[in-house]
Amino acid sequence: MITVALLLQQLVNGISKGSIYALIALGYTMVYGIIELINFAHGDIFMLGSFIAISVVGLFGINNKVPELNNPLGVIGVLLVAFLVTMLLTGTLGVVIERVAYRPLWNAPKLASLISAIGVSYILQNVGLDWRGPNQISFPPIIPGESLRFTVGGGLVIIRPIAIVLLIVSITLMVLLTLFVQRTKLGKAMRATAMDRETAQLMGINANNTIALTFFIGGALAGAGAILYGMSIQIVQFNVGFQTGLRAFTAAVLGGIGNIPGAVLGGFIIGLVEAYSDTFLETRWTQAVVFFVLIGILVFRPSGLLGQHVTEKV
Amino acid sequence: MQQTMRPKAPFSGSLFPQARPASRRSLITAFVLGVLLLLVPAPELLAVNHILELPGRAFYGQANINAAADAGAFVLLALGLNIVVGYAGLLDLGYAAFFAIGTYSYAILASSFHGIHIPFWIMLILSALITAGFGVAFGAPTLRLRGDYLAIVTLGFGEIVPTFLVNLDNLTGGANGIAGVDQPLIGSFAVNNNISFYYLVLVLAGFVVFVINRLRDSRLGRAWMAIREDELAAASMGINTTLTKLLAFGLGAGFAGFAGTFYAAHLGFADPNQFNFSQSVLILCMVILGGMGNLWGAMLGAILIYLLQTVFLIQINNWINDLGRSTHFDFLTTLDLRTNLFFIYGITLVLFMLFRPEGLLPSNRRRAELHPETAAISEAERQEPYDTREAGQADPNTKGGSQ
Repeated sequence: MITVALLLQQLVNGISKGSIYALIALGYTMVYGIIELINFAHGDIFMLGSFIAISVVGLFGINNKVPELNNPLGVIGVLLVAFLVTMLLTGTLGVVIERVAYRPLWNAPKLASLISAIGVSYILQNVGLDWRGPNQISFPPIIPGESLRFTVGGGLVIIRPIAIVLLIVSITLMVLLTLFVQRTKLGKAMRATAMDRETAQLMGINANNTIALTFFIGGALAGAGAILYGMSIQIVQFNVGFQTGLRAFTAAVLGGIGNIPGAVLGGFIIGLVEAYSDTFLETRWTQAVVFFVLIGILVFRPSGLLGQHVTEKV
Repeated sequence: MQQTMRPKAPFSGSLFPQARPASRRSLITAFVLGVLLLLVPAPELLAVNHILELPGRAFYGQANINAAADAGAFVLLALGLNIVVGYAGLLDLGYAAFFAIGTYSYAILASSFHGIHIPFWIMLILSALITAGFGVAFGAPTLRLRGDYLAIVTLGFGEIVPTFLVNLDNLTGGANGIAGVDQPLIGSFAVNNNISFYYLVLVLAGFVVFVINRLRDSRLGRAWMAIREDELAAASMGINTTLTKLLAFGLGAGFAGFAGTFYAAHLGFADPNQFNFSQSVLILCMVILGGMGNLWGAMLGAILIYLLQTVFLIQINNWINDLGRSTHFDFLTTLDLRTNLFFIYGITLVLFMLFRPEGLLPSNRRRAELHPETAAISEAERQEPYDTREAGQADPNTKGGSQ
């Protein structure tokens, strides 16, 4: 039974999920834009980010037994610390991975760094497995409060407080990122390096540092996405990075890989596709639907929705 | 790209030093290897027939012959993937999907699940054809994509196929899989024990090695390598790149179907959960660690990795635990390598890429590509943080067309 309320509810769910995908997709797209590498480890950085966040909020006495704080200032404080620490750690993890596993491969074929990325992804997954065990673990919701309820056409639409926080935080981060890339000197260096590394170096840009910075920002955004994902889904597992990362990557490709607004758009589209597929088909088909969308996009518009067609140079 | 080339002689000799008949040395190596492989179950055969029981039966016994037969299936897979990745240079991250299609073709058409019992030998060809058909169907719209994009599309297929296998309950038995798959018959003799399965896979592998070896030195094989080296240059030499890549994809898939048929017959069971991304990566690891583009490398990789996870790892783990007990190192006694399998794979992949990207047994050409210090490379080029040359498919190191 398809009602307006159901459609709206799934719109809300899709946007919530989509903003998380968008945050992760930004990391994929920025890294691909600058060194043309599909950073397979990115999804697992996201997974470790959620584990780190559990530990951080645990320091404030928030855990499965005390999942929420009733003091609004306390909530904001805890969230602020959790975001800062997690983003710092996941960003650093991204930089370390780049330094150890990707940078030495600059002279090797591209395939080599891709394989290396898959290897790092496996290593991180195993770290997660050893750290928190093989089972699902719960993530405290942290934010208290009643859900907003609207009655639309006889049906009920529920908006959880986390959905609102999620949207605010992710849009804030995306705006900050856009400002950083478009308005600052470092952002300019990033764009220049992505466009043509050799020329950028000739202009006095330190390409190594710029690439490291890209990995840091990508990792930090994945960490932020991890906290939002944890608070919203409330269940994390060591292998969640692969699945989520794959969908986020799909989002990046959908929007046009290397293109920052494209990744955001792609994230929201994938979130919506997922939400509607879960409802109107079945959850078990969603995986296939998402990948059919990906393949369809690549076949009919390989440069993605917002990407520009790049002619091949000889 | 301006110079005119006569299309009559698209493959000039010096470009393809590999395209030559097998040397005497490699024939002898192949012969010795074949004899050794034939003799693997010999000690167990002697023991079973109470002729002579050599020490160490735990090592050469039934369980490990069983593992060796399964390793054979992975040798077939690695050989097939080697065509796609090693020869044609197309990164396939969803090869397990074709393995799955092969396995299920046999399980559906030769089991009591649907009451259809097509003989193994016919199915061997039929499921290779079915799988190759799927390979062509998947490849046709997507093979014009380049490099990473192709990798992602294949990864997508690798995720879609298992989803269908789990969800199409009526056809595939859903999450339960299909049990009671038929055993192969040779005349009236049923292949139903580990030793006969081992010999069966040995024959199949021998056949596949022969075919692929001939393919590699054929016009088609040289066209694959030309595309791998530089697709644009190959196209301008008159190679139909789409058709050539499609053939690589289809043939690679066909061999996966071959492997899947054997695997289903040996296991007697088709399980939808074993064809996920890690399986694709596992097969890719075999090809890459063994030595991409080299038949023997791919085989060695498959055997080593498969036996590592089924046989050696358990042994090594036991030794480590014993060592821990005798040295009172608690950490070592409880260490379980099998739960850290992903860690071992991951670290192996990274270390190999960092220190020996050409694999254990590389083809000469790849070795030359990956160790360009022997070739003339300027100091300035060495200083670059990443390879800034044009992203030429899988191998930007080709000296030919870039820039």
